[in-house]
Amino acid sequence: MASTLKPDDARQVEEAIAWAVANGEPLELIGRGSKRALGRPFQVETMLDLSALSGVIDYEPAELVLTAGPATPMAEIEKLLAENNQMLAFEPMDLTALLGGASSEGSLGGSLMINSGGPRRIKSGAARDHLLGFEAVSGRAESFKSGARVVKNVTGYDLPKVICGSYGTLAAVTKIDVKVLPRPEKVYTVLVLGLDAEQAVRAMGAAMNSAHEVSAAAHVPANLTAKSAVSYIREAGASVTALRIEGFGPSVERRCAELREELASFGTIEELHTMNSLSFWLEVRDVHYLVAPMQDPVWRISVPPASGATVAADLSKLDGAAWFSDWSGGLIWLQLPASNDASSAEVRATVDAAGGHATLVRASKDVRAAVPVFHPQPAPIAALSRRVKESFDPKQILNPGRMYAGI
Amino acid sequence: MLMPEPDRSVMERREEIAAALRGIVPGEGVITATDEMRVYETDGLSVYRQLPMIVVLPETTEQVAAILRYCKQAGVKVVPRGAGTGLSGGALPLADGVLLGLGKFNRILEIDYENRAVVTQPGVTNLGITHAVQDDGFYYAPDPSSQIACSIGGNIAENSGGVHCLKYGLTTNNVLGVEFVTMDGEILRFGGKHLEADGYDFLGLITGSEGLLGVVTEVTVRILRKPSTARALLVGFPTPEEAGACVAAVIANGIIPGGMEMMDNPAINAAEDFVNAGYPRDAGALLIVELDGPEVEVDYLIGRVKEIAEANGATEVRISESEEERNNFWAGRKAAFPAVGRISPDYICMDGTIPRKKLPEILSRMSEMSKKHRLRVANVFHAGDGNLHPLILFDANQEGELERAEAFGADILTACVELGGVLTGEHGVGIEKRDLMGEMFTEIDLKQQQRVKCAFDPDGLLNPGKVFPQLHRCAELGRMHVSGGQLPFPDIPRF
Repeated sequence: MASTLKPDDARQVEEAIAWAVANGEPLELIGRGSKRALGRPFQVETMLDLSALSGVIDYEPAELVLTAGPATPMAEIEKLLAENNQMLAFEPMDLTALLGGASSEGSLGGSLMINSGGPRRIKSGAARDHLLGFEAVSGRAESFKSGARVVKNVTGYDLPKVICGSYGTLAAVTKIDVKVLPRPEKVYTVLVLGLDAEQAVRAMGAAMNSAHEVSAAAHVPANLTAKSAVSYIREAGASVTALRIEGFGPSVERRCAELREELASFGTIEELHTMNSLSFWLEVRDVHYLVAPMQDPVWRISVPPASGATVAADLSKLDGAAWFSDWSGGLIWLQLPASNDASSAEVRATVDAAGGHATLVRASKDVRAAVPVFHPQPAPIAALSRRVKESFDPKQILNPGRMYAGI
Repeated sequence: MLMPEPDRSVMERREEIAAALRGIVPGEGVITATDEMRVYETDGLSVYRQLPMIVVLPETTEQVAAILRYCKQAGVKVVPRGAGTGLSGGALPLADGVLLGLGKFNRILEIDYENRAVVTQPGVTNLGITHAVQDDGFYYAPDPSSQIACSIGGNIAENSGGVHCLKYGLTTNNVLGVEFVTMDGEILRFGGKHLEADGYDFLGLITGSEGLLGVVTEVTVRILRKPSTARALLVGFPTPEEAGACVAAVIANGIIPGGMEMMDNPAINAAEDFVNAGYPRDAGALLIVELDGPEVEVDYLIGRVKEIAEANGATEVRISESEEERNNFWAGRKAAFPAVGRISPDYICMDGTIPRKKLPEILSRMSEMSKKHRLRVANVFHAGDGNLHPLILFDANQEGELERAEAFGADILTACVELGGVLTGEHGVGIEKRDLMGEMFTEIDLKQQQRVKCAFDPDGLLNPGKVFPQLHRCAELGRMHVSGGQLPFPDIPRF
């Protein structure tokens, strides 16, 4: 019979894990539960519910640092930051719609555990680049910390990097220090209409290589634009290649004008202003175009940006494939019709040829149990991953098997 | 500084080890003559010196792998070294260890503008990367002050920063991939031209690991389009308090300058004596704020920062109207270390970080410490990110002054930690701050870090004696003592 441990504070988290270790009882770690369908399915009887470790503990806008409990709702953090004209610059994704929940249910801790990174990834990095420090309880039931509440620190190993993207397999995080940055005054988007995948990657590359500080570059093929809630996109009747420019008002207007001129030879140009821009980039960030139908698997594919067109062209040959790209072509979201294996072998062979990795972000439990969710690793790296897991969690108590067998 | 006791049995096998290494690296790549090894006996922290047992200078990744494999099997310690400019003693040799120099890995392998990436060997200098791409309008953003000499491999070992890292990040935020050789002699690749690796973030873990986890033999970094304009403001304040308030106000206004540097009065005067940059000698603090980016943005922000500075009590505000003038504003700051070197026979440079709001407090504590230790101190400060570089002035020829300077430095770093900061913002722990790690971390914190080391190097052969104040055997670290098995504690609700 499944049971739940719900500690009130870090001390009780340590007690709960000590109990689990002593009894050989593996735990599933849950913050707000919005990402439970992400990763390999694994069998445990006991949940460690961290939802009581919620709330902003300390926030100093002038120091650019926010400290919060891991289960703090992202919505609460984003609201507080917005009131102070700041933001989490890594643009954490809200995957609840994609994974089948109501929207905005995710937590700060969850976004770190999956090393979330939205469209601004290409300029400002992912969660890994913004986690400054943390406190946690390891699978040894020991409370430890790494990093600190300052933006510049090289004291000891950078364990915040390893914790980001560890899917709760190394430690139960109990407190988080994250870097925050000013929110841009204005957000504009230059749209180029009607490009094919190859032209789009060239246009995005030209924009990224310009001096206009483009903060995001995405391409939505014509078959998906109708799904946008932004009328300019929905009614484009053609593919949309989008370049985001943000910052102070006078600067944004000038840079947009210059970028429009430089991209004029690629195709018809349009421009979105702040409200429409914000809506559009949320759609890109949250994979809105590939949410329906829910039973279809969705891949997240990271490749060198300039290879984006070739990889997308190869993948679009798969029956029923739908895709769009972000990160100047370097991130491809791919939806395929439901099948037993989500075409894992074909997808991964294509990605391996370009250099990169593919993660099966959405699929039924059976499919996620049948094919590797995370990109298979070369044997020596897999062995190193196991040793690192063991260094934090030797008895395999924390989310065992969520990333790879035994990890 | 106490280093691990050299292993006599290894040192007695020196000839045999050298012969084996010659079998791997032919020709002049293995050095055993004392006078030829002399240049390797120290790094940028030159108060510590130690001749290595043998120096080996491989030229290929396969040679590095073979050397490490051999050393592991033979139980020989290895100290990796880049350009030897590190300031914390991370490349200090061991008497019973092989010094593995990466100086021959000095070629840039590929420039890929389409992916905005450069693939390079680790011995290429930081500035060498920018030089290779600057004619096409690109640059590599992290700019440690040693950038003309320091190697990109060393930058990865130390996670180097520089004056522009508040806006552009440290090394770790600008590296895309590495080829990495483990102590087992296995050649691994983490990352590449795509963004971030899958699985655990080994790239992030290796960066800043101070040569304790493996040896980097190839690096992929991201390059950025050079900002079209940069302009600077030079602002004088009566005291550091007003300057600190100005820095906070700039950030509160949503402005992240490319660089924001502060100097205190002793540093201002030392620099002014040396380069005549036109700094206000009577100012209690000087701020240099550099804005970079598109011209229209820079012009707009210069005006905003000027208003903010004036509202925060600035007594003098100058704005650069030309590249020459901008460079002149920076001349004093960039010459701060040699300038201090002119007014004092010796100095040591500390590297703590504090929450910015604690600046007045740390400065007042430092002036107390200055009296206690009877030594002068001058401060330069990466104001945007709270990274302090106090320069402690002393004369090594006066008996006891080095010891007093080191005690002064330790007091400063301890105070940084007490105020919520850290021991090192960009120079690394090395041997210099090794014994202070307990000020910031608990025994459990340090053991967890050392267990991660064990996952890479279970015999502890790579750069031992650095970073961690105590060496533990991996077998001992691996043991678990867990109590609390009885009950699911009454206080935790179960459903």
